[in-house]
Amino acid sequence: MSVLTTDQRAPWRRLLSALALGASAAVVLAGCAAGSTEEADPAPAEDTETTASAEALSITYIPKNLNNPYTGVQLKGGEEAAADLGMTYLAVGALDAAADSQVPFIQTEVQNGTDIIVLAANDPNAVCSALDEARDGGAKIITFDSDAECRDIFINQVEEEEVALGQLRQLFDQIGGTGEIAILSATANAPNQNAWIAAMRAEIEANADYEWDIVAEVYGDDEDAKSFQEAQGLLQAYPNLKGIISPTTVGIAATARYLSTSEYKGQVALVGLGLPPQMKEFIKDGTVTAFALWDPSEVGYLAAYAGKALADGDITGAEGESFDAGKMGTKTIGENGRIIVGPLLEFNAENIDEYDYISF
Amino acid sequence: MTTASEIGRSKLWQRINTRDIAMLGVLLVVIVVNSFARDNFASTTTVGFLLLDVIPIMMLALPMTFIIISAEIDLSVASIVGVSAATIGALVLREENMILAAFAGVGVGILAGAFNGFLVAYLGLPSLAATIGTLALYRGLALVIIGDASVGSFPEAWTDFVQSRLGATGIPTPTIAVLIFIALAVIMLHYHPFGRGLFALGHSPQAARFVGVKVEHTKFWLFVASGLVAGLVGLYWALRYGSARSDSASGLELTVIAAVLLGGVSIFGGRGSIPGVVVAVLLVATITYGFRLQRISDVVLVIITGALLIASVVAPNYYQRIRERWKLITRAKDSPTS
Repeated sequence: MSVLTTDQRAPWRRLLSALALGASAAVVLAGCAAGSTEEADPAPAEDTETTASAEALSITYIPKNLNNPYTGVQLKGGEEAAADLGMTYLAVGALDAAADSQVPFIQTEVQNGTDIIVLAANDPNAVCSALDEARDGGAKIITFDSDAECRDIFINQVEEEEVALGQLRQLFDQIGGTGEIAILSATANAPNQNAWIAAMRAEIEANADYEWDIVAEVYGDDEDAKSFQEAQGLLQAYPNLKGIISPTTVGIAATARYLSTSEYKGQVALVGLGLPPQMKEFIKDGTVTAFALWDPSEVGYLAAYAGKALADGDITGAEGESFDAGKMGTKTIGENGRIIVGPLLEFNAENIDEYDYISF
Repeated sequence: MTTASEIGRSKLWQRINTRDIAMLGVLLVVIVVNSFARDNFASTTTVGFLLLDVIPIMMLALPMTFIIISAEIDLSVASIVGVSAATIGALVLREENMILAAFAGVGVGILAGAFNGFLVAYLGLPSLAATIGTLALYRGLALVIIGDASVGSFPEAWTDFVQSRLGATGIPTPTIAVLIFIALAVIMLHYHPFGRGLFALGHSPQAARFVGVKVEHTKFWLFVASGLVAGLVGLYWALRYGSARSDSASGLELTVIAAVLLGGVSIFGGRGSIPGVVVAVLLVATITYGFRLQRISDVVLVIITGALLIASVVAPNYYQRIRERWKLITRAKDSPTS
């Protein structure tokens, strides 16, 4: 009963305290608004910041997602170069590689007045409105790993064609040109993976030696467990499968782990893009014969030097301009603002020990 | 007894309880602390970005509040957003009229919601099981509709409108629509017999039936409303991010449900208020925004929001228990004298 009575008189008190709080809220919000009108226009505020940061440029890397070993290697290169150049280095990112997850991070960098944003686009469309706002505020945008249109420079690991053809060559060396093969990719919308896969399909179509039948293209979403299950599913669904191509470091490692413990070990060829330290045990135990990659840390490294050159006004991103890239020598900008890091590195039992440095 | 008193207390101003006020207080503290900790937090840029990010969660949280109060749940909302965005994207890819695409997207949302409603209200499936099923089903449909395409070629007039701000305030234009929806939700839940019916339903479907609530009918339309709102969010999502994909908004349902629970809505039904949920959605968004601005890792962020959710559920229970204990003590003291 007493519960009821308190309830009956409490509303008055509640209403009063609600009003009081509402009023204080209004005061605080008004305070915020007043504060914001002083710096209502973000542009002049950023101008002062860029002049202040003439001593130390700030560079922020936004990879596809955190918790990905490959990303870790790239960022290590970026951190090293940023330290060489005396820039303030930061890496931020979401836990998942969803389309929209990078947008809040770009917004944050806009607000913090970061000079150089280095981004691996999860979705080239989704990031552009936010990146345009960053460019309007004077930031330089570099994409790495996976491109988007609204940028100054794109750091491309290796020519897309070369990545695709290299993997097909490795598969051909192992199983010849016939039989059922499957592709285990990252997310369904990953621009770089899709570009490689498109190039592979075109080459298989065009090259008379390649008579493979691509029976499936599955997505492990760059998650270890999901990729593992997808690999398992592939072999169950296609018992005659002769080869798997996995153009993603998470996918190839998970697939190799599944194969190494299954009856298909040594029966099904696995090629793709992998990290040497992660793949070493599978090369040694015979699950994998050969795979490929480049040095991811060079991608991050080059991005920092390109960013510095852009911010200093030494280059604008036009074709033919060149700039100093530290230990990587002088680099020249190619067609459409692209810079190529180097050739595809191919790993096998003989050379894998030499590439331990590509690690995280 | 509680049922009767709770139903009687469903009016808004009676429902603004100490918990909602505490939450509002926390929100204000978070805003003030952030404003002092980072000089660029208190700005129109923040208002704009924060609201743009919060709109989908806020919209989805409104029908979710209704549904959870009536002791059901809709886990498929984010998948409906995905299938709606995918429909719009696929039509735009075929260069259909944008108005047609927008209506189709919202229409698909309504259909998806109606299917949920049919499963729960008329087939009598538990909504938890039914909507886990449709969560996967609708996401799969999205992949069928749009495949691995990522569509970004929306008419600029539409995307610009969604991103536009109201004058120099920094407030995004779509916020007006959201405010209208919030007002509608407040009226429906707290000032309309329909809302009283939901609270009754959450306490006991049998009792609700006796007092004249059309249980099946009510549940069906709740899920339709949820589908409609998710369809609208799908349209917003496609335009705001300039991207429609099969995985648009994936995982968002948990953010929405967490915010609704943080807002004081009982997961067992029968208790909750729209103002509480609105404050909770803003609270989570502001904390997230502030932390990101400080460049605190998302790893820390998920831990904090998780802890906040648990604390918000546990604290009132303890408060209640202590209060009741206290009442017993005071009553024991009072009784001999009176």
